Amino acid sequence: MEKVAVIGIGCTKMGEHWEKSLRDLSTEAGALALKDAGLSGKDIDALFIGNMSAGRFTGQEHVGALAVDQAGLTPIPATRCEAACASGSLAFRKAYLSILSGHHKIVLVGGAEKMTDLKSTGSVATLMGAGDQEWESSIGLTFTGLYALMARAYMRKYGLTREELSLVPVKNHKHAINNPYAQFNFEITVEDVMKSPLIADPLRLLDCSPITDGAAAVILASEDVAKDFENAVWIAGSGQASDTLALHGREDVCRIRAAEKAAKMAYQQAGVGPDDIDIAEVHDCFSIAEIIAYEDLGFAERGKGKDLLVNKETTIGGKIPVNTDGGLKVGHPVGATGIKQIIEVVKQLRGEASNQVKDAKIGLTHNVGGSGATAIVHILKKELD
Amino acid sequence: MSHRSSIPLYWRLQKSKYRIVGSKCLTCGTIYYPPKTLCPKCRSKGELENIQLSGKGKIISYTVIRTPPEGFEKYSPYVVALIQLDEGPKITGQIVDNPEKVEIGKKVTPVFRKIYEDGEDGIIHYGVKWKIDEQI
Amino acid sequence: MVGIVGYGVYIPRFRIRVEEIARVWNKDPDVIKKSLMIEEKSVPDIDEDTVTISVEAAKNALSRAGIDPQEIGALYIGSESHPYAVKPSGTIVAEALGMGPEISVVDTEFACRAGTTCMFLCMGLVEAGYIKYGMAIGADTSQGKPGDALEYTAAAGGAAFVIGKNNILAELEGFYSYVTDTTDFWRREGQSFPSHGARFTGKPAYFKHVIEATKGLMKKLSLKQEDFDYVVFHSPNGKFPRAAAKALGFDLEKLKYSLLVSKIGNCYSGSSPISLANVLDHAKPGERILMTSYGSGAGSDSFSFVVTDKINEKRDKAKKTEEYVNDKENIDYGKYARLRGKLKF
Repeated sequence: MEKVAVIGIGCTKMGEHWEKSLRDLSTEAGALALKDAGLSGKDIDALFIGNMSAGRFTGQEHVGALAVDQAGLTPIPATRCEAACASGSLAFRKAYLSILSGHHKIVLVGGAEKMTDLKSTGSVATLMGAGDQEWESSIGLTFTGLYALMARAYMRKYGLTREELSLVPVKNHKHAINNPYAQFNFEITVEDVMKSPLIADPLRLLDCSPITDGAAAVILASEDVAKDFENAVWIAGSGQASDTLALHGREDVCRIRAAEKAAKMAYQQAGVGPDDIDIAEVHDCFSIAEIIAYEDLGFAERGKGKDLLVNKETTIGGKIPVNTDGGLKVGHPVGATGIKQIIEVVKQLRGEASNQVKDAKIGLTHNVGGSGATAIVHILKKELD
Repeated sequence: MSHRSSIPLYWRLQKSKYRIVGSKCLTCGTIYYPPKTLCPKCRSKGELENIQLSGKGKIISYTVIRTPPEGFEKYSPYVVALIQLDEGPKITGQIVDNPEKVEIGKKVTPVFRKIYEDGEDGIIHYGVKWKIDEQI
Repeated sequence: MVGIVGYGVYIPRFRIRVEEIARVWNKDPDVIKKSLMIEEKSVPDIDEDTVTISVEAAKNALSRAGIDPQEIGALYIGSESHPYAVKPSGTIVAEALGMGPEISVVDTEFACRAGTTCMFLCMGLVEAGYIKYGMAIGADTSQGKPGDALEYTAAAGGAAFVIGKNNILAELEGFYSYVTDTTDFWRREGQSFPSHGARFTGKPAYFKHVIEATKGLMKKLSLKQEDFDYVVFHSPNGKFPRAAAKALGFDLEKLKYSLLVSKIGNCYSGSSPISLANVLDHAKPGERILMTSYGSGAGSDSFSFVVTDKINEKRDKAKKTEEYVNDKENIDYGKYARLRGKLKF
């Protein structure tokens, strides 16, 4: 099979960007990625962009056209990909497959979201588009509410305590301190988490990823182009799976089956297993999601995910550092998140990360849409065998 | 949110939301709620018919929504639970009891309530919420 | 032989005490409790209204009636707090209960009397053979102007009756209606709260119509006070029904199941229907019940029912009135004002 690598990366700072619009953000990230690759716009064959809901956040549809137009890249093909919070990874995977198909050689892939033009009640309502509009959103169930249902069920089934759950945001806030792109750069304690306001019991404010504006982009290239790039990082495995849209359709709400399946697909293609992963970026939209991710990805047995936190195995310096840039606490501009995760793994494998993992050779990204209806996993390697 | 003001969107769902009418696949016997257009197990070989469910069930998990979405502010905080209906399917729904009374495992029974009001001049969405069944 | 085939009530759980309202308005609660003979009233939750109350009461009535909702040929709801000024409550209730589309539906309004008039309408249609069963509902979520005397009594609740000829648990013996144009209590279109004529609401209004309707019924049926085992009078407060009974020569003991007003307040269109349901929860076969409703504007419907032996097998098929009365949670004025939308933004 054709080999594809990431040869350029770029992202905006994540936060509340009152002065920047969606088009400003997407153009900025794309330009940074091109600069990092040392390429110019005329080298790009196609553009893919992940964006969840520009229509409801800002009234703008046709986002592929918007991005390519603003970047001055017309008339190349431009495609918007949407899978709620997994939109970024979906765009990445689609771009990867387009190069594998032989149709393109060098592709610009980004993700962008502009969330703060609405009041927070409007953003909360828009994010519920990731769930079932007729049966979850219609009764006032919010996105945090969905993960809260999963959290309480998990805590009851496996005996996870509220304090143990708090270890996730504590770790990720700590990892984000050295990250200049992060929305938050302050440390927190378990006590801070426990005292933060309840959003949807048992989840509190500090358990949740924020509402963010931001964009991230990477350049993908086929082997014959990428082989000349010293800091190329190779895509070793790509997996995607789906499950019921609504949480109530799942058999077990304490796991995300789509993530297990996507991971299996990626591991198989890459010829590796969970123990081979040196660094992982997982989808910690809420604290409980990270613990469930450890288990879905095979880093821990069912119900034992918390042990990795308690024993600091997923902290920098541990056996399998997770979310070394701060995870979704860096910010969660929905469509951009998947790409942001790829960027952190690429930096780690290049040796340029702010919290560098020693000798990182194999990295994994895990991106989930909604409460688990879509999951996409990628495995990247510095050297492809 | 404009879709919440849609008349046909709400009207289409009335029967299944007012009365907990689901679908039963005559081919494989599976009962679904919410109702389905296609049996996911049998697909084109499936034959679906309407089935009236009791609405009774038990709480599998629950949360208390304290940051409501647009339009639900006046109801907050409210309890939303994942409920396993007696006939098998699961659904998420609001619980009308005080949060302190809610526990995983408690039995619930359906009650008819207002779900959402589209402002002062739009229509009222009615539907089913659930109440803890003390009698059992 | 037409009568009641099934009945049911619904009363919301929240209550606010007289003391709590009086505290906010700097009034002496003891004076109010003495003059109105009321302790507390029911308050609907933020997601309850006349439609939701009607659905729950109707479910109970159908359980006792033991019939398929599809057999209901007419559904009439009487209220002065229909959620829409234009769009019937009845269609929502019919859809929620699986009735129709072959059904007659219309909403009625005649202050607190609307529910009982619906009962009369159903009885007429059944008697004439136009429908097999009808359902009549009286329900309200009434409002009193903050600080006004009516605020202590304006409450929420409803009752539903399935009317028919088969398996009746109480037979209609006779009916008498007394109506004049008397404006004792009213609400103009667009106004949030009603207005009233203070003392005018007594003798020329409530008492005149309740007494004349009752006398008219008794004369028509050639019955005397001793012939009745129970009497139900519309209860705007605890004083009026007692005074009416006394004026008509009824033993106060016969009011024992129809003075729920002290515990739940005045449920307006639901008032006499709920009291009737409570009487049916206790009455024995062969006993005779008088019910006279009253609606401002003004008019009274007076009915005489005789309980049949079917009451014993049907009574326990749904939650009883007193269970609803006793299932309660007290709230403060702040929560009450928020729930009743008295705070305008």
